[in-house]
Amino acid sequence: MDKMPRWADVALIPILNLVIAFALSALVILAIGEDPVEAVSLMVKGALGSTYGWGYTLYYTTNFIFTGLAVSIAFQAAMFNIGGEGQVVLGGLGVALVSLYIPFPHWTLALIVAMAGGAIFGAAWAAIPAWLQAKRGSHIVITTIMFNFIAFSLLNYLLVNVLRPPGEMNPATASFPETTHLPTFQDMFSTADNVVFRGAPVNVSFFIALIACVAVYFLMWRSRLGFEIRAFGKSPQASVYAGISPVKITMIAMLISGAISGMMSINNTMGQAEQLILNSAEGAGFVGIAVALMGRNHPFGVLLAAFLFGFLAQGGGELALWMNIPRELVTVIQAFVIMLTGAMDNMVRWPVERAFIRAAKRGER
Amino acid sequence: MNLEQINPILLIASLMVAATPILLAAIGEAVVEKAGVLNLGVEGMMITGAVVGFAIGVNSGSPALGFVAAAISGAALSMLFAVLVLVLLSNQVATGLGLTMFGLGLSSLIGKPYEGMKVPTLAKWDIPLLSDIPVLGPILFNHDPMVYVSLILIAVVWYVLKSTRAGLILRAVGENHDAAHQLGYKVIRVRMMAIAFGGACAGLGGAYISLVRVPQWVEGMTAGAGWIALAIVVFASWRPWRVLLGAYLFGGITVLQLNLQAAGVAIPVEYLSMSPYVITILVLVAISLKGKHGAPGSLGRIFHASH
Repeated sequence: MDKMPRWADVALIPILNLVIAFALSALVILAIGEDPVEAVSLMVKGALGSTYGWGYTLYYTTNFIFTGLAVSIAFQAAMFNIGGEGQVVLGGLGVALVSLYIPFPHWTLALIVAMAGGAIFGAAWAAIPAWLQAKRGSHIVITTIMFNFIAFSLLNYLLVNVLRPPGEMNPATASFPETTHLPTFQDMFSTADNVVFRGAPVNVSFFIALIACVAVYFLMWRSRLGFEIRAFGKSPQASVYAGISPVKITMIAMLISGAISGMMSINNTMGQAEQLILNSAEGAGFVGIAVALMGRNHPFGVLLAAFLFGFLAQGGGELALWMNIPRELVTVIQAFVIMLTGAMDNMVRWPVERAFIRAAKRGER
Repeated sequence: MNLEQINPILLIASLMVAATPILLAAIGEAVVEKAGVLNLGVEGMMITGAVVGFAIGVNSGSPALGFVAAAISGAALSMLFAVLVLVLLSNQVATGLGLTMFGLGLSSLIGKPYEGMKVPTLAKWDIPLLSDIPVLGPILFNHDPMVYVSLILIAVVWYVLKSTRAGLILRAVGENHDAAHQLGYKVIRVRMMAIAFGGACAGLGGAYISLVRVPQWVEGMTAGAGWIALAIVVFASWRPWRVLLGAYLFGGITVLQLNLQAAGVAIPVEYLSMSPYVITILVLVAISLKGKHGAPGSLGRIFHASH
């Protein structure tokens, strides 16, 4: 045996990785003079202890599924899409324009058209960096970073000068009309005498996110296009010999990636704020990178990792409310997870793999 | 609109101050990228330098000590990146982003008790005789020492990269790490040193914001300066004097933005605030039209010596 069992590769390594991240974070909490055990129990209670907590956790999870899937697809084509943040912002613009200016009879229709609007705007924002990478070889990491900042400024301009209703102070669009409001879990699962998910923003988009996971799975692992994308990512030279066009794959992978990022806005803009606001992405584009890394670029892994980061986002907010621990601790934990996941192969996997192989050899003897 | 309010001499002088933090961070990052490493943690190292510099400045009463501590803290943080990327062979992009998040989170944890405090700031040098020259005097010879340090740094980096053996080795490592390795150069050691230099410079740049430009500690106060620094390196196509040009240009845009707002000019400030990034994209396109990428050949690639 020269490999470790698959279960260890898929489950044990990520769990070890998380344990180390949390251990380091516990040290940080100790260092600022607070009790890590109390902090963890507060986080669990705040994020998972009530349907309200669950409602927020799943809301964040929905955001992170979209951005995580987006990053993972680009990553399979050997590209780092750092531009999730800007693509979410532009996607929000698409969703807002659709919701504001098309009179919809029912939210189902509005949802479908808004998804298309968000996807098209998100994809369009990814298209220029993609084209520069495919045709000109400009580093996509650098161009997508630039496009994030251009997107922020663009949105700022549009909200202040164009989309803001007259007489309003806040840089935000008007509230979307009633018929575009998406049903929340409270609307869907409450009964007359038992209200659940009260006031939580989780809405029907969560199910769209789940469907997106399944769709991405079939696209990447069960379709010809997905195979071409993965082949290109593994070896661009070899795939050229196999007749795969690098320009086409780069463009398609980035357009899909941008479209999925843009679709996140059905959750935050249409589902929660019900108007387009500044900073609507709230860093979800960056968290998506951590989610994709942690989820090993597989839709199912992304789902689990998105839930973990959703838990961190909600639990961290609760920490800041009830303990003397700033919300930024969550950022530190996220950073640990990203850095450890990247280093995992050589820091955790090799020693563990060696231990497994040694144990197997001893068994043979 | 009242353009007469804008004094061109003061404008240029304040441009130099506004540009110094991004200049420091960018020249450091330029060296790191010349060695073939893409460190996206500039923002994180800057903000850490800002908070550490401020804290030491407050506690010791000496801004100079604050700058030293900021450089050390930036370098220390960059060593975390270096070990992950060079020894444990992590992905540079992800680790760099992680470093930025780590720095942002850590700095606000460290900085909480320092919010709203005052700090002794660097005194301006009134260089005798030179500062009395009309127009040029107030623009060039009436600044705090760090402005001159940053300018000297550019010249030194330019000279070392261009004309010394160490600079040649560093560029060789960045251009083709396998070839450099086969010639017997210590790729990892060279990159370690480059990354440490980049971290120290970013730390200094951050401290300049918290100790001189603002001078206060505000959470997240670098406000994207680290990303502008990254843009400048690309804008400059990895050349030191163009880094200076880029930093003063982008710094100038920031100052101009504030001045135009104050003068009530009806240009939407968003155009100005997005312009550094748009300009950088245009420069990238222009470079690529010449059929080159401009980037060091091994930029962002993982080096794994197979003996």
